[in-house]
Amino acid sequence: MTSAPAAVGGIDRWPGALHNAARNYLHGAARMLLVNTEAVPGRQIIEVLGLVQGNTIRAKHMGRDIAASLKNLVGGELRGYTELLTEARRQATERMMAQAQQLGADAVVNVRFTTSAVTAGAAEMYAYGTAVRLA
Amino acid sequence: MFQLLMSIWPIALPVLGILILGVGVGGYNERRHLRDLAAREQAVRHIRVNNLRHVTDADAVAAAGLVMGNVVIATDYFKSFATALRGLVGGEMRAAQMLMTRARREALLRLLEQAHAGGATEVWNVRFGFSNISQMRGKRGAMQVEVIAWATAVRRG
Repeated sequence: MTSAPAAVGGIDRWPGALHNAARNYLHGAARMLLVNTEAVPGRQIIEVLGLVQGNTIRAKHMGRDIAASLKNLVGGELRGYTELLTEARRQATERMMAQAQQLGADAVVNVRFTTSAVTAGAAEMYAYGTAVRLA
Repeated sequence: MFQLLMSIWPIALPVLGILILGVGVGGYNERRHLRDLAAREQAVRHIRVNNLRHVTDADAVAAAGLVMGNVVIATDYFKSFATALRGLVGGEMRAAQMLMTRARREALLRLLEQAHAGGATEVWNVRFGFSNISQMRGKRGAMQVEVIAWATAVRRG
């Protein structure tokens, strides 16, 4: 442990990582290290606690839909939708992290995201990974 | 003939207007976006990117964490129209290909900017996800897609 790097941290611990709320999905999230590699670089996994997951289904907002259809005339980024999906994915990730916290995990490895269309006008954001304890 | 022209005019004019607006503003937006991408990519050029699942030389890692970027982007009506025509004759859909390329570059760039803000010099195991927003909305028309990229950012000690 003493030889292990001290400053391994989740996204919330990266200095300046929260420079733009719209681009960051883990604003104000609990302290939990997330990586999408199979191991935490520089740390040893001592216990695999199992699969943790979080999801949310969001419906579109009428006002944003109107704005998006206007933007469709000329193309380009639909900021309202980007923010909506970022926020939804952040919530799914936080639910996953809460589950990991309940298991007493230090980190979630191999984090993956999927999106699915459940009904017309709604999207499901799903985040899953493996909760582990670190040395 | 003249009367026929006069009778379709109220329908043809708005359609023509939308197409011309799409060609002009849409094309301008696309060029501006590509210039913007090129400029921002320069700032994060030093970050090494790969999609390997195992971080090599892990003992020298000072910090690691998840980074991600996403974008929802749409084509203009002219491009959608051109794509629909292309669907009739087959071949490469350039407009759709350009849309996907822009979306992936933008999502990856946002990821890299987040990694850069955290002082990372390496990004491992980059993954891309994709969803078609216009299908989710149960509508046809202009393509609207979301691309998400996520990865593990690494800072060396």
